[in-house]
This record gives sequence, C-alpha cells and structure tokens, in this order.
Amino acid sequence: MDARRNWPDLPDANGRFGAYGGRFVAETLMPLVLDLERAYRDAQADPAFAAQMSDFLRDYVGRPSPLYFAERLTEHFTKIAEAEGLGGAAKIYFKRDELNHTGAHKINNCLGQILLALRMGKTRIIAETGAGQHGVATATVCARFGLPCTVFMGATDIERQKPNVFRMKLLGAEVRPVTSGAATLKDAMNEALRDWVTNVDNTFYIIGTAAGPHPYPELVRDFQSVIGREARAQILEKEGRLPDAVMACIGGGSNAIGLFHPFIADESVRLIGVEAGGRGIDERFEHSAAINGGRPGVLHGNRTYLLQTEDGQILEGHSISAGLDYPGVGPEHAYLNDIGRAQYLSATDDEALAAFQLCARLEGILPALEPSHALARVGDVAKELGPGGLIIMNLCGRGDKDVFTVADSLGVTL
Amino acid sequence: MSVRLSARFAALKRENRAGLIAYVMADDPDPDSALEIVRALPAAGADIIELGFPFTDPMADGPSIQRAGQRSLKAGGSLNSTLALLTAFRQTDHDTPVILMGYANPIEQMGYEAFAANLSGAGGDGAIVVDLPPEEDGPLRAAFARHGLPIIRLATPTTNETRLTTVLAQASGFVYYVSVTGVTGAKAVGAEAARAAVSLLKARTDLPVAVGFGVRDAASAASIAQVADAVVVGSAFVDEIARLVDDGRAHEAPRAVAAKVRELSEAVRAARQMERA
Ligand SMILES: Cc1ncc(COP(=O)(O)O)c(C=O)c1O
Repeated sequence: MDARRNWPDLPDANGRFGAYGGRFVAETLMPLVLDLERAYRDAQADPAFAAQMSDFLRDYVGRPSPLYFAERLTEHFTKIAEAEGLGGAAKIYFKRDELNHTGAHKINNCLGQILLALRMGKTRIIAETGAGQHGVATATVCARFGLPCTVFMGATDIERQKPNVFRMKLLGAEVRPVTSGAATLKDAMNEALRDWVTNVDNTFYIIGTAAGPHPYPELVRDFQSVIGREARAQILEKEGRLPDAVMACIGGGSNAIGLFHPFIADESVRLIGVEAGGRGIDERFEHSAAINGGRPGVLHGNRTYLLQTEDGQILEGHSISAGLDYPGVGPEHAYLNDIGRAQYLSATDDEALAAFQLCARLEGILPALEPSHALARVGDVAKELGPGGLIIMNLCGRGDKDVFTVADSLGVTL
Repeated sequence: MSVRLSARFAALKRENRAGLIAYVMADDPDPDSALEIVRALPAAGADIIELGFPFTDPMADGPSIQRAGQRSLKAGGSLNSTLALLTAFRQTDHDTPVILMGYANPIEQMGYEAFAANLSGAGGDGAIVVDLPPEEDGPLRAAFARHGLPIIRLATPTTNETRLTTVLAQASGFVYYVSVTGVTGAKAVGAEAARAAVSLLKARTDLPVAVGFGVRDAASAASIAQVADAVVVGSAFVDEIARLVDDGRAHEAPRAVAAKVRELSEAVRAARQMERA
C-alpha cells in the first residue's frame, strides 16, 4: 500500500547532496575530514560499533523515546477546525526526544561522535554551542568517557544562557568565550574550526548539527536517524500505517533530518520542516529562516542556504530560540527543499511562544522553544489533513532551559 | 598564465634571491588609505602583493587579520571594492603581480566566471581561496583557465604524500606552503621544519614555493628566504594598521606599513648573501 520509492543514496562520494554539501575547508583540515570519513566507514562496517551505540542509547540516553498521542491538542485543533466549518483535524503524535538524558536529541549525535573519536584514538574533544544544549550534551559524553572537553560559546550567548554554562562547568568542561564577530553561534563555530586547525593531531571536533564539511552532515544524520527509525516502527504498531506528515523544527536541521530520513523513501509521507521566522521574514533579516529567507552560498565547510548580503557577507539572524539562531541550514535540507521532497515552513517568535504555552496547558509538557516552532505549524497541517490524518511531530527538547526567556517575553520577573 | 607573475619569479631567480609577498586587506582601514598603503608597497620592497578581500567568517585567520576584515567591512569593503582598489592600483603600477586572497562565499555570490573576468579586467594575477581545496576548486579553476589566471594551491604540515599529489596535480602560479598548523599570524614558525618542507616540495614540483602564515619577524623571514622562492608576511603589516587606528593616527598607516615592509624586505634580500658569507 505505501510506496517505498528507490531513493538515491546520498551524499555522493564528494559529500554532495545535489549542488549542496561538499568539503569547503582549509587545506590543513582536508586530511582530517578524509580521515574522519575513513574512520566512519570503518565503524559502519563494524557490528561492534552498532552494538555499542545501541547499548548506550538504551541504558544511558534512555531510548527508545515514547511515541505519545497528544490527545488534548488533537481535540483542541479538531474543535477549531469544526468551528471553522472544516471536518476536523488530524491526530497528533509527539516523538518524545525531550525525555532523553540531558533533555534533547543532541545526545544521540554526541554519543555517536565520541565513540568515533575513541576509535580514532583522539584524546581531546572540542565543540561549538549556541544555546548550550549541544555543549551540555558534549560535556556529558566527555565526562562519561573521560575525555577533556573545550566548548566554544559566543560571549553574548554565555550572558544569555548562564544555567547551561554552569552545567557544562559542573560536567568538567572548559567553556571558552568567543568575542570575535558578533560573539554568537556562527562565531563559536569559526573559533572551533580555528582550534581544530591548530590542534590537528589529538583533537576531535563534535559538530552539533547536520552541517559542516562532509562527512559531518551524513554522520550526524545517521546518528539522529534513530529518532525516525523508532517513530516509524512505533506508528506502524500503534496505528497500523504510516503517518501523513512528519514535522520538526529546523536550526541546523539535525533533529529534523533524523526524523525525516527513515521516511524519505515513503512517498506518501510529507516531510515538513519549520524554520525560525523571528520577527518576520523580510529584508530586515530578523529571523533565522535560511531556506525561506536566504540564498545558497558557502559557509562552515558546506554549500547550503545562508542568510547573507548581496556580496556574500553572512548575517547574524535572530530567533527567540537560541538553538535555532543560526544563519545556515544542513545541506541535505537545502537539497530536499530544491527537489520538492520536503517542505519548509516558518513560525515567528510570537507563534512559538503561543505554542509553548498551549502545549504546557493542554498536555502538561513544557516543550523547548525550538520544537515550539514546529508545534506552531502543527495545527495548520492537522486542519489541512482533516480527520483520519496522522502527524508525528518531533518534540526534540524540553523547555526547562527556556523558562527565563519565556518569562521575560511575557513580562514576568522571576 | 599570468605574465606578470612568471616574469617576477624569473627575475627573482636571476637575482638569486627570495621575494617578499606582502599581504594587506583591501579597504583597511578605509578605501583611500588602503590604496595609499598598497601603492607604497612595491617601492618599500614588496615583490608581489597579496590583497585580502573581506569576509565576515574568516575561519583560517587569526585575530590580526580577523580584525582587519572587520575594519574593512565597516568601511564598506567587499569583493567588488577590492577589485576597484586593484583597478586603481594598476593605473600607476603595471608590473607588480597582485594575487587576491579570501574565502569562497563572496566569489560564489559574484559567480565564478564573473569573478575571473572581473579579476582579469582589473589587472589581477591570480587568487588564493582558503576554503576551496582541490576537491572544490574545479569551477573556479575552469573559469580562471579561460582568463589565463592561476589558482594558487596550498600545502600544509598535514599534507601527506598522497595528498600532495592531489594538491600539485593542477597547481599553477606558485605553491603556497602554510608553515604552521594554525591560523594566520598565530605562532612563530619553526624555520627548520619549514625549510625541510620546502625541500620536499621542491623535489616534487617546478613551481615556485612561497612560505607563509607564521612569519612575523625579520629573522624568521630571512631564514626561510634562504630556501623558499618567496616569503609571505601579513599579520605583521596588518598589526601596524591596527596599532595606528587604535591610537587615532590612521593617516600614518601607509608610512608605517611601508617601513615594516622595508625592514622585512631587507632581511629577505640579504638572506642568501648572509648564507654565502
Ligand atoms: C531542543 C533543540 N531543538 C532543536 C535545536 C536545533 O538544532 P537542529 O536543527 O540541529 O536539531 C536545538 C539546538 O540547540 C535544540 O537544543
């Protein structure tokens, strides 16, 4: 019944997803990314690596994460649809990756990368972080496996995300403030790349999203695909059929590609990403919607959609959610957009904030502000699909980290 | 291939000395001062000019050149304005080769063919694009070939035997040896290691070999100039501009840069005489 199309195995040998991806790095780093690719192929062919991953995913991360029927949200959207004279709304399921250890999907990827680092005999880990979620997940696995960890974080973000900075320190990581550029996530990534160029022998760079030079977009996708594999099996078990749509927020795109990828060959399943629309997608660039409001270009090792000026200078962007506040997007999303396999919508700061509160009150779950963006579009899609439709949304992080931001936005002083 | 560039390396060979390649950033600290700075370079002893074009995210540059880029951007710098500066420089200097150096994205936005045509039209002699390794420089190489421009390849301490074959396969102009694993200007280069690397490279290619990234002072420049065909210095010049801008004396930058260039150029010129003495 559900057609599984033959889907090309991407990226190709040059790390390309169509025109996107690639290895746009300084020559000093080329031998390192080639080494990493060899080590990854080696690990892929080794059943012991897969076994080690699945043990840690189960016992340390707490997988599989549940697939939860969000009944009251479904009722809520059904009522709205009926009031609008529509037949009703689709059933909404949450993939509950916010229940993972450290509270987000980031740990799936960090675990995979640190196991690779150990296989390669690396003795020092570096990472970049914006909101601090990837930094916390990296610091966590570094503590667990006993490797020293340096996290680069923009000085501006350190000021905005104090609890996560302290968490990383408790976990034994060194948090190095980055003051270059605008002192936010993209500058932290530049600084991590500079550190890597400087410490080529012993250092492994754990990139936090499905971007960067090949093979990072591929291996981050593969490590995050556990989300989609579980979700696919769980929905088949609960509903006896595939969903009509799977939805996720897009920062760099790792949680989204992890959910999408196992469904990519299922032609009937719509893949829907939601970018951060910030204060609106227009020429002010006060958003982080690289696909909806950017153009293709080259940054951080890959060709992809970027927020940039006419002459190729990168813009900072904005989002209420620090985890979506990145001017680019993973190259596989750029490709899926261009070929029309996936669709990319956006939600503004205000819409995400409203969705955050709705989810808290109706489901008793404080979602992170990142997946709140996806949730802000779930209602529209649920109405469009109508009763009998099925949606899975990736609830990829919990909102505890965001209570200060939310309070601030609601004019509440804590 | 650029006539100016090959003529310059041929002349250096006849004179049995290494050349000094001076790097400065376009429009740093502002367009007029930058033109004055660049115009003064040849007389001060720069044999080849490497002209940086600014990018917001210079991932291979240390603090000195990062800040130079920010000053340039603040002054309205872009790839277009860099080409305009080059055009202006060419009105008075027809012989000094000028190589552009920077990152891929501004070129992507201009378009590879348009960039090659514009660079050729402005009187440029090639380009170094830090984040276009051999695997990614095909489109630029093709466009450059149509305009007789070389794309300068980089070799580094991490470049092993097999990698070197890839790097040298389509190299042209000269080979740029990045003498440190690190960012521009980062740490003083170990002259011994750099000299050994140059010998290895020279055994593998007939192209001239230039050495750069960690060369900041006269002594290390001289040591490298004994074996390399050219020495690249950048951060040391850019730091002069930074110092004077911070002091509110930006107008003195052209003279200060020229003085620094003279100091390093003298060291480079004397290097092989010293060796023979
Ligand atoms: C909970 C959560 N969701 C999403 C993101 C965005 O990243 P990605 O698009 O790679 O999933 C982040 C990043 O920090 C995050 O913490």
